[in-house]
Amino acid sequence: MSAPPADAQILAERLVKRFGSFTAVDDVSFSVRRGEIMGFLGPNGAGKSTVIRIFCGLLGPTSGRAVVAGIDVAREPDRVRQHLGYMSQKFSLYADLTVAENLQFFGGIYRVPPGELPARIRSAIEMAGLAGRADMLVSTLAGGWKQRLALGCAILHRPPILFLDEPTSGVDPQSRRHFWDLIQGLAADGVSVLVSTHYMEEAEYCNRIALIDRGRLVAIGAPAELRHSKVRGELIVVECDRLGPALEALAEAPGVRDVAVFGSALHVLVDSGRAALRDLPQFAAGHGLEVRRIERIEPTLEDVFVHLVAGHRPAAQPLQ
Amino acid sequence: MKLVRLTAIARKEVLQIWRDPRSLMLALLMPAMQMLLFGYGVNLDVDHLPTCTFDREGSQGSQALMKRFQASHYFEITRVVGSYAALKAAVDDGTCKLAIVVPPDFSAMLVAAGSSSVQAIVDATDQNTATLALGYAQAVVGTFANDVAVEWAELHGRAQPTQSVSVDSRVWFNEQLESRNFIIPGVVALIMALVGAQLTSLTIAREWERGTMELLVSTPVKPMELMIGKLVPYFAIGLLDAAFCLVFAIAWFDVPFRGSYVTLFLTTSLFLVVILGIGYLISVAIRSQVGASQIALLLTMLPTTLLSGFAFPIDQMPAVIRAITYLVYGRYYVTILKSVFLKGSGLTDLLLPVAALSVYAAAIAFLAARAFRKTLD
Repeated sequence: MSAPPADAQILAERLVKRFGSFTAVDDVSFSVRRGEIMGFLGPNGAGKSTVIRIFCGLLGPTSGRAVVAGIDVAREPDRVRQHLGYMSQKFSLYADLTVAENLQFFGGIYRVPPGELPARIRSAIEMAGLAGRADMLVSTLAGGWKQRLALGCAILHRPPILFLDEPTSGVDPQSRRHFWDLIQGLAADGVSVLVSTHYMEEAEYCNRIALIDRGRLVAIGAPAELRHSKVRGELIVVECDRLGPALEALAEAPGVRDVAVFGSALHVLVDSGRAALRDLPQFAAGHGLEVRRIERIEPTLEDVFVHLVAGHRPAAQPLQ
Repeated sequence: MKLVRLTAIARKEVLQIWRDPRSLMLALLMPAMQMLLFGYGVNLDVDHLPTCTFDREGSQGSQALMKRFQASHYFEITRVVGSYAALKAAVDDGTCKLAIVVPPDFSAMLVAAGSSSVQAIVDATDQNTATLALGYAQAVVGTFANDVAVEWAELHGRAQPTQSVSVDSRVWFNEQLESRNFIIPGVVALIMALVGAQLTSLTIAREWERGTMELLVSTPVKPMELMIGKLVPYFAIGLLDAAFCLVFAIAWFDVPFRGSYVTLFLTTSLFLVVILGIGYLISVAIRSQVGASQIALLLTMLPTTLLSGFAFPIDQMPAVIRAITYLVYGRYYVTILKSVFLKGSGLTDLLLPVAALSVYAAAIAFLAARAFRKTLD
C-alpha cells in the first residue's frame, strides 16, 4: 500500500475485527482526505458497518489501527468522538422527543457554546427541511425527514469528519437525492465523509469508492477509474429468449471471460467486443437460443463488483 | 465531568419520563396506592372481632359476663346462638372468629365451688389474630372473675380472698399499640424501593432497546456524566415521593412523627443512593426493559417487603434468616424510619444503621460508576 497522504483525516491501517471465529473485517487499509467523500460499497454483511463502528469507537479493532483527525481511536476514543459525527444504520434519535429537543440534547452532549446553539439549531432545522416542525415529536416524522434530522444532529458540533452508515436506506428516491446534495455541500466545506451504501448508483456521488466483500477491500478508486481499469476486456449486453440456458451456453463461448445476469439480460465480458458482436448470435443459435439484442456498453460499478468478486461468490447476492 | 453534558442528559431523561405514561404512573400514582393499600389493608390489630355467644344458662351472672364482652372494643357480638350446631356453622362460614360458650351450671358452680369455667372456641386459621383474641378473652373473663370474687367476699363480710399482683404497664413510642403506626413508616421504604429501582432499571435498558445507545456511545459523553445525569431526576422523584409519603402518613393516617426532618432527609437520600444504584446496575447488565424491571423487583421490593422488618419482626425469624437480614439494606432504612417516626431518634441514636447504609451506598456507587462501558463489544 502506498503511504497515506499527509492530510488524511480518516486512516485505516491493516484493520482486522474478529467476532469469535468470524472475521468481519479482514486487513482493510485506506485513507480519506479532507473534503473527500469516500463511499463504502458492498452487500449486507460485507463489514461496512463494522469498519464505521470501529472508527466511531463503538468497537475495538482486533488488530490494526484506526486513526481519525490524527488521533488513534483505540487510545483516545473520547477525544476522537468530539471530532466526528455519526449516523448509525438504524435510526437512533429519541422518538419521544421533539425535533428541537433532540437537537438541544446533542448540542449539550457535544458542548456547543450556548450562545451559538440556537442559531445552529435553526440552521439544522432549515437544512433538514423541518422549518415549522421544530415542536413535532420525532416519532411522527416521515423517513426522509428523520434521516435529515439525524444528519442535522450529527453535524451540530461542526465535526470535520462524518461517518454515515447507510444513511439513505429505506428513504424515497427524492429524499435520497436531497440528502446527497447536503452531503456534497458539507464536503465542499471541507468535511471528510465516509459513507456506506448498498445502492450502486449512489456511488457516483462519491469522490472515491471502496468495494468491500466479506470483510475484504476488493478495490478502491474513483468511480470512473474503477469502471475502466478494473474490468479487463470489453462489455456487451445480450438479451436472449431463455436466460438460464443462455448463461450456461455463453460462458463456454470462445473469447468470453465472464457472464453475469443483470435483470433480464446478460452482461458478457469478452476479449474483443467487435468479435463478440459478430460471433455470439451465431454461437447462441447453435445452442438453440435466439438473441434479441446485443450491443456494447460501458461497464457500471455493479459490473466491476460482480467481476471482481466472481469466482469466490457462486451465488452473488443481488445488488440494487 | 462536564455540567453541560450532565444537564443535557438529565433534561432529556425528565422529558422522557414526562412522556412515558408508565413511568409517570409509577412515580406519581404508585406511592398513593401503596400507602392506601398498606395503611388500610395490612392491619395486625384485633379490633371489633366478630364474636358469637352461646349462653346455655341464661342467668343474670352469665349475662353479666356477656356484657363484659360487649363492652370490650376488641370484640363485637354479632351473633347469639342457641345450639352448638348454629355455633359451629357461624365459625365454619367465617362470620364469627370467636365463640364463647357459657355452661348451664355456670352460676351454680360459681356459688358452690367458687370457681367456674367458660368455653372459648377460636378460628385459628390466622394464628396471630387467634392468639390475640384468646388473650383478650382471657383478660375479659379474668377481670370478671376478680370482680365476682371481690363481690362475694364483701357479701360474706370476709377479707378479699387473694392479694393479686397486677402489672401497671406503660406503653412507649406506640402508645395506642396501633399496628398502623408500626407499618406505615416502613411503607416509605417499600415505596422508595419499588419506585426508585423500577424506574432506574429501565433507564439504560431503554437506550439499548430503542437503539439510541449506539449514537450515545459515539458521542464524547462520559459514563459518569451519563450515570449522574440519568439518576438525578430519579433522585428528585424519590425525595418527592418520600415527602408525599411523610405528609400522607402524618395527615391521613395520624402516624406520630417525632423525629427531625433533617434526619429523615439525610437517611432517605442515603437509601435512595443504594436503590437507584442497584436499579442502574441492573439496567446496565440487562439490556431489555422487561427483564431489568423483573430483576429489579426481585432484588429490591422482595427483600424489603419480607426481610426488612417492615411488617414481619426480624426478632421472630429463625437464626439463619435473621443473619441474612443483615445483608438487606432495607432493614437499616426501616429501622431508621420507625425510630425517627415513633421514637424521634436523631442521627447519633441511629449511628449503626446509618453507618451500615453508608457502607452500602458507597459500595453500590463504586460499582455503578464502573459498570457502564462505552462499547458495543
